Amino acid sequence: MADNPNKPRSFQEIILRLQDYWAAQGCAVMQPYDMEVGAGTFHPATTLRSLGSKPWAAAYVQPSRRPTDGRYGDSPNRWQHYYQYQVIIKPSPPDLQAIYLGSLKAIGIDMDLHDIRFVEDDWESPTLGAWGLGWEVWCDGMEVSQFTYFQQVGGHDCKPVSGELTYGLERLAMYVLGFDDGNDMPFNDPDASIPLTYGDVFRDAEAQYARWNFDVADTDTLFQHFLDAEAECGRILEQPADDPKTGRRIVMALPAYDQCIKASHIFNLLDARGVISVTERQAYIGRVRTLAKACADAYVQTEAGGYGA
Amino acid sequence: MPDLLIELFSEEIPARMQTRAAADLKERLTNGLVDAGLTYGGAAAFSTPRRLALAVQDVLAQSPTVKEERKGPRVDAPEKAIEGFLRGAGVSRGDLEVRDEKKGQVYYASITKPGRPAAAIIADVLDDVIRNFPWPKSMRWGNGALRWVRPLHSILCILTDDAGEVSVVDLDVDGLKAGDTTEGHRFMGEGRFAVTSFEDYAAKLKRNKVVLDAGERAAHIWQDATNQAFANGLEVVEDKGLLAEVAGLVEWPVVLMGTIDEAFLSLPSEVLKTSMREHQKFFSVRNPKTQRIERFVTVANVETADQGATILAGNSRVLSARLADAVFFWENDLRIAKAGMGEWIAKLENVTFERRLGSQAERINRIAALAKELAPAVGADPDVAEQAAKVCKADLSSEMVYEFPELQGLMGRYYAIEAGLSEDVAMACEEHYSPLGPSDEVPTRLVSVTVALADKLDLLTGFWAIDEKPTGSKDPFALRRAALGVIRLVLENGLRLPLDRFLDSQLLKHKIALHRAKASSGDIDTLEEVLDEIADHGVFGAALHAVIDRRTKGEAAPDTSEGSVLRTVGDALPDLSTDLLAFFHDRLKVYLRDRGVRHDVIDACLTLGRGDDLSLIVARATALSDALKTDDGENLVQGFKRANNILTQAEEKDGVEYSYGADVKFSETDEERALFGALDAVEGQITTAIEAEDFAAAMAAMATLRTPIDAFFEAVQINTDNEVIRRNRLNLLSRIRQICGQAADLARIEG
Repeated sequence: MADNPNKPRSFQEIILRLQDYWAAQGCAVMQPYDMEVGAGTFHPATTLRSLGSKPWAAAYVQPSRRPTDGRYGDSPNRWQHYYQYQVIIKPSPPDLQAIYLGSLKAIGIDMDLHDIRFVEDDWESPTLGAWGLGWEVWCDGMEVSQFTYFQQVGGHDCKPVSGELTYGLERLAMYVLGFDDGNDMPFNDPDASIPLTYGDVFRDAEAQYARWNFDVADTDTLFQHFLDAEAECGRILEQPADDPKTGRRIVMALPAYDQCIKASHIFNLLDARGVISVTERQAYIGRVRTLAKACADAYVQTEAGGYGA
Repeated sequence: MPDLLIELFSEEIPARMQTRAAADLKERLTNGLVDAGLTYGGAAAFSTPRRLALAVQDVLAQSPTVKEERKGPRVDAPEKAIEGFLRGAGVSRGDLEVRDEKKGQVYYASITKPGRPAAAIIADVLDDVIRNFPWPKSMRWGNGALRWVRPLHSILCILTDDAGEVSVVDLDVDGLKAGDTTEGHRFMGEGRFAVTSFEDYAAKLKRNKVVLDAGERAAHIWQDATNQAFANGLEVVEDKGLLAEVAGLVEWPVVLMGTIDEAFLSLPSEVLKTSMREHQKFFSVRNPKTQRIERFVTVANVETADQGATILAGNSRVLSARLADAVFFWENDLRIAKAGMGEWIAKLENVTFERRLGSQAERINRIAALAKELAPAVGADPDVAEQAAKVCKADLSSEMVYEFPELQGLMGRYYAIEAGLSEDVAMACEEHYSPLGPSDEVPTRLVSVTVALADKLDLLTGFWAIDEKPTGSKDPFALRRAALGVIRLVLENGLRLPLDRFLDSQLLKHKIALHRAKASSGDIDTLEEVLDEIADHGVFGAALHAVIDRRTKGEAAPDTSEGSVLRTVGDALPDLSTDLLAFFHDRLKVYLRDRGVRHDVIDACLTLGRGDDLSLIVARATALSDALKTDDGENLVQGFKRANNILTQAEEKDGVEYSYGADVKFSETDEERALFGALDAVEGQITTAIEAEDFAAAMAAMATLRTPIDAFFEAVQINTDNEVIRRNRLNLLSRIRQICGQAADLARIEG
């Protein structure tokens, strides 16, 4: 793609173009959720907003953490901390595929030279009690996005259906910018007075977190944090809808969901520490799913979730 | 007569569903037409990633008028009943006819159902087909309630009459209105266009870069791929499943061949092939001289200005990243393999095989112990068999198998060699899963055979011990396949294996493990003692009694009261074992039936005892089956049955068993004497042949009895007033029964 004048020059330019593109498509351009999550789907702007009947359109970058993917910054394409770009539109517009292809064009993928394919890939999140049908989108054999029509979230049928797009930003950028090692790609403009590569920004952090994730994180503390988050989630949701202080109806789905996110991330950390056996694994996933479902049940009791509509 | 063309245009349909969906569309739609009275000349269905299409030729322009007569209530029936009849039949009272019948005057209605135009019928049928389409998985989208495999965008539905006149069928499915337009390739097509017939449709699609027929796409891909490989002195590794899948991923196949970086050619070729196939859907291209995989073929969906250069470069880059991962796994694995694979085996302790049956490590230990016991019967070295069993599943912990589960066993072989283990052990790692199906090859290396048997017998006895047998179509643990595997391993290697003993001991091992947590240590000790003695006694029951007797004579009699562990296990185990053996017999019948041996022939051989020796049963059944194909053999069976019937009736009537003492001196006729002579002559031969397990010789000797037996029945009346002579003849018949019944229970032969 060297001779493509439309080609972005840096990792951040790809993000900025996606932000511009989806803003132009009418999405609310949101900021990342301020908690540790495993994927952009966990952001309440996706999980919870896909529930209920109210229309919604949002796009955002979500820093995501998968402790088991840590490689001390040595891998060309795996990091325990990485970025996803997430788009969610409810109801899914009839021309979502075409709009999506427009976003690829916006980041410099020329449809006249590349082979874009929609290859079956059904999405399921056992921890969120969610599933949908869709594809992974291939560009010249490379998976550049996940494209999903949500059918169920937190055990609730999605009516209407949300269309969800997830771009794995590092891999996409490596492809668009032409780098085999993601650490080498420019993070900011390569002609800037202080040019920075992705590795300049993250390599050290990757090593530090990998060491902590794999060997140092205190598992007793983590197990206790899991129990605490689980208990707090339940306690929040047990509160009556009517707030005795203000006299208003306030169902606290979001604070409860924060605890669910927390439990999920702690589970991922414990998994990376290798202290969860295969049989226990299913049980833990089941416990997080129970929280997610309870939060979804609560969310549909809120105004944003369609209560009273 | 008009032709019908339907196209259902959607977002990308999963490749694996397309062929079936096209067939379902054809079947459901044409059935619907025929049910509504619309016959047709022929129909053909097509699929691409974005469309299902159906062309139906020579559809009736309208369904025929149908006249029906319906009997109503009696004329004097209550008014309500008559009104109800009128409503149901859709006629008015004036249209009714009155007929005299036995019970009085009755109303009759003649109903004429006028034919309906084809378009109206098609609209109804297609609406129903779309709403009830049997997708393996379907979804909703946007605000709608309609379900399809992915969002459905347009419906084309036209009738073209003989004059070429086109009419659009009036149909609206949840706001999707049928029309006469479609579109071509997503990137190379030129917008929507209208079509007037199937020929016009297919031609315009091609102009818009869509090959409608999946078979044509597959043929094009294969031809182009093999041509490109051939031009480079290479060959494409055949893969029909992949070809069908790839043909379902493109509307306009463009075949591109690329090279694999030299750095990756050290990977085992199976790894290259699997990685390319699973992750990239690439075909492998191999050098026929070295058998090495050196290139790949990818199929793009688009023609580009640079003749696919960018696409190929991108695919190569993705492949390199994938193979770099594979090399990473391979090198990590080699380190552990070279150290003896201990780390992997230890890991299997934390892997649950089945909740009640424990971890993979426990299962491996059971298989290893069983392999050691089985080895002498197979002719393998017991220690080598045990060693092989202990490492045969180590590769399940390897990174490569985690990434590519289908490489289990094969990687085990590579890693066992790296661990410095013998070729026998390495081959057993790969082959112990075999045979996987009726046509899969059966291992012949003795160590592989031993471990394969141990693997399957442990699996079967385990699931029998926890009462998880296959039912109907449900067989989640593939136990039928495992039993067939045992049968084929035994028969095709000519093994003589007393299954009972191994089933009993393995079932007991499972029972001990299942009771270990709750039972007292004394009970477990007793059961373990029984386990040690099964080999001596042959079956569980005898071993249990021997142990209980010995313990009772000693100082402490074991607890065998109702509800005790010994009683519970002792009562259950023989039934489980019998039931499992019967399961083997059922599978054996299926196996032999496929080889032309009738089920009654097998039944005749199963009732004779030693039913746990599969090779023996099959030797008997084959000899009997062959004999039945000869005239003598078939008639001998008839003679035997006649003798047996007469004898059984006489025994019932007289209340005695005629089993010995026939004496030639009481013979009255030559035929009687001849039969005595013939029986004397062959009795020894048959017994000797059966002892030598030469069942063909035994059957041949038996067949010589056919003539004297026939002659005997021809000439001699069994029942006579002389009781001495009658008894003598019955005792003579019993000799026939006894001599002919040694190889099989001929009474069970049908016909």
